[in-house]
Amino acid sequence: MDVLLDIPVLGFILQFLVYLVQVIGSGHIAPIILGLATPIALGALCGVMNERSGVVNIGIEGMMLFSAYVAFMTALFVHQAFPAEPGALFGATPALIAGVVAGIAAGMLISLLHAWLSISVRADQIISGTIINITALGLTSYLNRLIKPFDSAGTFQSFRPPAGLVNLPGIGWLLEMFTAVGPIAMSVLVLVIITQVMLFRSRWGLRTRAVGEHPKAADTVGINVIALRYRNVLIGGVFAGLAGAYLTLEATGSFQNNMTAGRGFIALAAMIFGRWTPLGAFGGALLFMGSQAIGVAIRLAPPSGDLGTFLAGIQQAYPSIYNNFFTGLPYLLTIIVLAGVVGRSNAPAADGKPYEKESPT
Amino acid sequence: MSVAQSPPPRLQMRGITKRFPGVIANDKIDLDVKAGEIHALLGENGAGKTTLMNVLFGLARPDEGEILIDGNPVQIADPADAIARGIGMVHQHFMLIPVLTVAENILLGAETMANPIFLDRSEARRRIIELGKRFGFELDPDAKVETLSVGWQQRVEILKALYRQARILVLDEPTATLTPQETVEVFAVIRRLAAEGHSIIFISHKLYEVLEIADRITVIRRGQVVGSRLPSETNEDDLAALMVGRQVKLAVDRGTSHPAEPVLTVENLKVKSDRGQEVVRGVNFSVRAGEILGIAGVAGNGQDELVEAITGLRRSTEGVVRLAGEDITGWTVRQRREHGLGYVPGDRQKYGLVLGFPISDNLVLTQYYKSPFARGIQKQDAAIEQWAQRTIEEFDIRTPSWAVPAGTLSGGNQQKVIVAREFSRDLKALVLDQPTRGLDVGSIEFIHKQAIGKRDAGTGILLVSAELDEILELSDRIAVMYRGEIVAVVDGRTANKEEIGLLMATGGRAPAKESPTGTSSQPGADPDTIRGGTS
Repeated sequence: MDVLLDIPVLGFILQFLVYLVQVIGSGHIAPIILGLATPIALGALCGVMNERSGVVNIGIEGMMLFSAYVAFMTALFVHQAFPAEPGALFGATPALIAGVVAGIAAGMLISLLHAWLSISVRADQIISGTIINITALGLTSYLNRLIKPFDSAGTFQSFRPPAGLVNLPGIGWLLEMFTAVGPIAMSVLVLVIITQVMLFRSRWGLRTRAVGEHPKAADTVGINVIALRYRNVLIGGVFAGLAGAYLTLEATGSFQNNMTAGRGFIALAAMIFGRWTPLGAFGGALLFMGSQAIGVAIRLAPPSGDLGTFLAGIQQAYPSIYNNFFTGLPYLLTIIVLAGVVGRSNAPAADGKPYEKESPT
Repeated sequence: MSVAQSPPPRLQMRGITKRFPGVIANDKIDLDVKAGEIHALLGENGAGKTTLMNVLFGLARPDEGEILIDGNPVQIADPADAIARGIGMVHQHFMLIPVLTVAENILLGAETMANPIFLDRSEARRRIIELGKRFGFELDPDAKVETLSVGWQQRVEILKALYRQARILVLDEPTATLTPQETVEVFAVIRRLAAEGHSIIFISHKLYEVLEIADRITVIRRGQVVGSRLPSETNEDDLAALMVGRQVKLAVDRGTSHPAEPVLTVENLKVKSDRGQEVVRGVNFSVRAGEILGIAGVAGNGQDELVEAITGLRRSTEGVVRLAGEDITGWTVRQRREHGLGYVPGDRQKYGLVLGFPISDNLVLTQYYKSPFARGIQKQDAAIEQWAQRTIEEFDIRTPSWAVPAGTLSGGNQQKVIVAREFSRDLKALVLDQPTRGLDVGSIEFIHKQAIGKRDAGTGILLVSAELDEILELSDRIAVMYRGEIVAVVDGRTANKEEIGLLMATGGRAPAKESPTGTSSQPGADPDTIRGGTS
């Protein structure tokens, strides 16, 4: 421990920052960050879709989990029925594509349940989301035990960008980040930009924001509040479904019980961190999961010098804490964000309030 | 009067009947409005004005009757239909979205598109500016609505209707939240609209306003048209009698007051809002026993926080509150009440009553723990019931029984329950916050009489109201609050409405443009003359 005490604090922090820049800029960490951030960003997009139109959705976790299961099982069945060689692009097979489609459909199906409960039935939206989370966890775990699949339909492959692109000075790592990944991760940036532009520049976006803030005002100018909310919640289901499919068909190639592991909630935190904007939420997802990726980076390319000695010292003294610290970091950040560091003042004003046409007096 | 020659009228509503379970909200109502006419619809709350307009705007389906526009029968199923037929509505509670810009609010639902997906913002901006100029006001389309004053928000609402090419414009209580100056300006806009051939339906319960602006006045009572008048052939008393169904005394006879020693004193009081801003900034005043001190001010100038600090609902950051000479600054709400402070809160449903509780329990909310309403930890229902029966009679609360939940009463009767609870105790000081907001003429008359009675019994009353007329009618002295400070105190009996209105709007300083969209162009006033009017 003497080693630790000898390090001046400021120099130490600087060393760490330099290391971060180095490791993200030179190694192959950047695509890993995007990969980790993908389900979070998609989940956050689902949240933005819901909450911007005034529906609180804490069931993203369950939607993701259910979609992950459905995507995996569909791909597996199709794979067993029609085995095919991986395609040239992303190693796509009919099975994998069918799995993604099924995952999206599953996400939309659960979204429909959430929409019905929270928009038509006007149930408490927190309860509705909780029901979805509990049911998805119980149902997928049960089914997974009932039909224990030992086979796998494989996964999408990462794209291999040409070396010239990746080695470009300065921005090479950025290009690598967004190209040396699978199709779903690659689509995230596109989806984020599309939703961002649509939300603030299109008719649909204007109406969505209006309905999330003041549904009655929207109603009095002839906007169908109920239909708009249904539509947005269903589109949100597409994103949650895609996130689920990513977990089983792009990230791992298998299904494990509770494999979402709270990602749906981290997604909500990313959404709040990003103040209910798609770009901000994406930034939040990168930040949260970037903190986890640091752990990976340290394992792949341990820092040298004082920093390396320091980390090695901690690893020896507290091995269990050391090994789990970076994995836990996104959750810690989530708690900090949800505890109000960012503030809830920017939430859409009608968020979570079912709309009911007032009976005229 | 600017009535076009060519029949048929722009709008005809014939035999409109709308029933709700147990009530007929509209009973065979006929109404016609000509092009270029300002037609006032007058009636008490619950008379059926709003229902009629909801029928017109497609928010309610009539059970019987028909609507004709330019002589042709039309079906209006929803607001989109109404808008397509050229009907525009400016709701009493603005249907604006605070965080969106002026342009976004105006566009919403009638978007100007560059292509099937994206908005054409520059074209929209151009059209909004052009439309505003036509009616004599310059609006910044990119300003957020939440930064605009109420008067300007109203103009955004009007523009919103005009942007949709409305030819029939319904204005629901458009002056309810405006200062007198803003009212003058909005009236100018309304006249200009009528001059351009728009038909205006002007809903109000303020008689003098109706007389000032309307070409014709239709009075509704209990769902029926009870009369139609030209302003030239009627007066306030006549209209009030039509509206209420009996002769009403519009202004209470306040008699003479006999102020004695100060009972409620506030010294250098500073209070912060929920957002941490200092919204009461060093306020001093004292209310004497047997007088009414009115606090006038545009809503949101610190009145709410001031009241909360006096009643103990909010901590002050600096200063002292004294009740009958004692420093009560750190006291709890209950301590203050037991020491003789009464309070009629501004939001009767949120803070005044427990809506789900019976009237009887609501009547003892401040004393339920004391004898004879409680013995030890046991509630004495018989005593409470007896008390309730007596109070209901004394304060003329219209209810089938004391056991009815307070939430089922009408607004006027709910307020009477609160008044009964607060006024039936011996009080040193009484805080009345918006005591008649949203009430009908009859209830207002009753509550004003009670307040005068309490004053004459030697209670010092602090009256906070957004209704300047109410302040002028009741107050012995009027303090004008502007941006957290008392900018002037004037004599209530000689106060001039315009003068106070100007103080409320500008704090007595020379009116200045505050932002690009800014405060409206106030009639030029010399700040010294205003100061000169204060006593």
